[in-house]
Amino acid sequence: MGSGGSEPRRERDVLDAIERRRRRPRRKLLDSRITLSHGAGGKSGHDLVEGVFVRELSNPLLEPLGDSALVEAGSGRLAFTTDSFVVRPLFFPGGDIGELAVNGTVNDLAMAGARPLALSAGFVIEEGFALAELEAIAKSMGKAAAEAGVAIVTGDTKVVERGNADGLYVNTSGVGLIEHDLRLGPDAIRAGDRVLVSGPIGDHGMAVMIARGDLELELELESDTAPLNGLVETLLGSGAEVHCLRDPTRGGLATVLAELSLAAQVGITLDEASLPIRPEVNGACEILGIDPIYVANEGRLVAVVAPDSADTALAALRSDPLGREAEIIAEVSAEPPGLVVLETALGGTRVVDMLAGDPLPRIC
Amino acid sequence: MRFVDEYRDPALARRLAEEIAGLVEPGRHYKLMEVCGGQTHTIVRWSLPELLPAGVELVHGPGCPVCVIPMGRQDDAIAIAERPGVIFTTFGDMMRVPSSNGSLLDAKARGADVRMVYSPLDALKVARENPDREVVFFAIGFETTAPSTALTLRRARSERVGNFSVFCNHVTIIPAIKAILDSPDLRLDGFIGPGHVSTVIGLNPYRFIARDHGKPVVVSGFEPLDVLQGTQMVMRQLAEGRSEVENQYLRVVREQGNPLALEAIAETMELRSTFEWRGLGFISQSALKLRPAYAEFDAERRFEVPGVRVADPKACQCGEVLKGVIRPWECKVFGTACTPERPIGTCMVSSEGACAAYYNYGRHAGRRRLDRSRPDSDAPAHAAAADAASAAGGRG
Repeated sequence: MGSGGSEPRRERDVLDAIERRRRRPRRKLLDSRITLSHGAGGKSGHDLVEGVFVRELSNPLLEPLGDSALVEAGSGRLAFTTDSFVVRPLFFPGGDIGELAVNGTVNDLAMAGARPLALSAGFVIEEGFALAELEAIAKSMGKAAAEAGVAIVTGDTKVVERGNADGLYVNTSGVGLIEHDLRLGPDAIRAGDRVLVSGPIGDHGMAVMIARGDLELELELESDTAPLNGLVETLLGSGAEVHCLRDPTRGGLATVLAELSLAAQVGITLDEASLPIRPEVNGACEILGIDPIYVANEGRLVAVVAPDSADTALAALRSDPLGREAEIIAEVSAEPPGLVVLETALGGTRVVDMLAGDPLPRIC
Repeated sequence: MRFVDEYRDPALARRLAEEIAGLVEPGRHYKLMEVCGGQTHTIVRWSLPELLPAGVELVHGPGCPVCVIPMGRQDDAIAIAERPGVIFTTFGDMMRVPSSNGSLLDAKARGADVRMVYSPLDALKVARENPDREVVFFAIGFETTAPSTALTLRRARSERVGNFSVFCNHVTIIPAIKAILDSPDLRLDGFIGPGHVSTVIGLNPYRFIARDHGKPVVVSGFEPLDVLQGTQMVMRQLAEGRSEVENQYLRVVREQGNPLALEAIAETMELRSTFEWRGLGFISQSALKLRPAYAEFDAERRFEVPGVRVADPKACQCGEVLKGVIRPWECKVFGTACTPERPIGTCMVSSEGACAAYYNYGRHAGRRRLDRSRPDSDAPAHAAAADAASAAGGRG
């Protein structure tokens, strides 16, 4: 710890080495068992997908690891996606597992710019589950599908012994039709692009955490779960030059931006002061020691658009009830590639990394 | 957000930073230690060192409760958690702390029933709901969290919850500060005292630092402006040649602390003769165990624990980091073998740990500042290095 000129240089070397490692996806999984971290939507999950599934199942349609796979079919393009839902509790303020399962898959299709054509639904149900609850869930799935303008056309039911499946798990898959020539995705992102978010972040994750009842916090907060295909249609129809769309679900806004910066090898500078966050969400996050940029959303989208389209895109989003509180939150730059930097409200800067482990509360 | 935004006002922050700069004696290098992990987190998350003048360095102290737990105790925790019939409850931070045999998260994946709780009362609730299981609460933390453990013990006794016990790892802050002051490795100019601990213990326990060691102590809160104002108050004392205990966190901390909380601790817990701290070694009378009157709730009496001292992995330098002797990036495994996803040491686990905070938040900011303070700049070399260190989140 003496002082001197060599020290900053050594520190810079260490920092550079870390940044290089961060940008290189790890293809080898070091864990020997699955832990809950692998399901938290952060780095460990990423490593699991890369280290097991991409390695074993590798193919050109899988490799981009987008929200949907894009399949050429005759003269057209199809988007194809699947998602499983294991939320607890099954019913929470603003929605339930059924609505979530429909919207989640509709949104994955919408992020590919696709119009949802048809969905499937698979149910794993615990022995003893109340039929009234199952009916309520099926009913809300029907309602959500109608709202999104899509039908659930095939399904499957399995019942497992008591003690498994924690009541009910739902899987949905979906097929959508891409009816335009846009190539949406990280590859289209350019330095100078602006990043928009369609509304306040963290509502869903916080509403569910509070609904679990473990926290003994009382808060009027509803999940933002909603189908985003209409909002995407409005945005793409506005004439704005859209380069990439994502829905920031598990891992939150921070994880989506970190993934985009890595995939596109660009820098993203996030302006903390411009982030739309409800005071209730901010307050609950403060109490729990969680950063709202890591909290899940189920009815928000992140749009990366060309710089001169930012205002058009913002106006388009705000013209739709689901995007009324949209904001421009970040700017893309060539440097530093693969890194998201946040400018704090006080004028300092810090790195925004993918979530490591669960979003766990601090203890004091 | 009311009661939060006020403490994050950019204009006020700049004004405090300017005042701090005005208090710097030219050519002098200041090292101030913040003792609480929550403050460390704030400092790095808000990049406060970028606002501070060159030569004012914030050194991170041993105030992260997760970080100071030695590996042997984590082994004990996992041994209890893996006993048949046990439900082991813990704060989330401890789930990923490595032992010599993986973390609690790994133990959970192997089949142990490990559950995350937000308070010891939640653990007691789990015990009431599972009368045929043994429910153990992994109690950690300074005087901040000890009162809630104490109140839970009182309630467990009054409600006769026979299947509940506490694996007690509560530690006390003053002996750790003494150990730092007695350490030959480090010269400090003053302390930013821990806000939450002080709500319980008050201001008087810090008087010896000002009186016997001649170092200012300013008990401070956790918002960015709290930490900046605490820094400013320490710097003012130094500029005026004073060494006193002052209270920046007036809205929460009372001089006498919280007598009810202290009483609850004293009724249920007593000092251990000695306790091992990660990095600081064995410190006498630095930790709490359950009193004999509460023996039936003491997991260490109820279950056989290995109780073996486990040396830290050779490469891990958490001890040096915790003492503020080295900065996170100076550790040999920082960011390479030891990352938040695969931590080797505790400092990389908790968000209050200096390494995790620095790894998660500090890197790019540190580099930018470094680029401006190359040795060929006008600043004196030591100031440039100090600036770099403080930009990088301080030492330790």
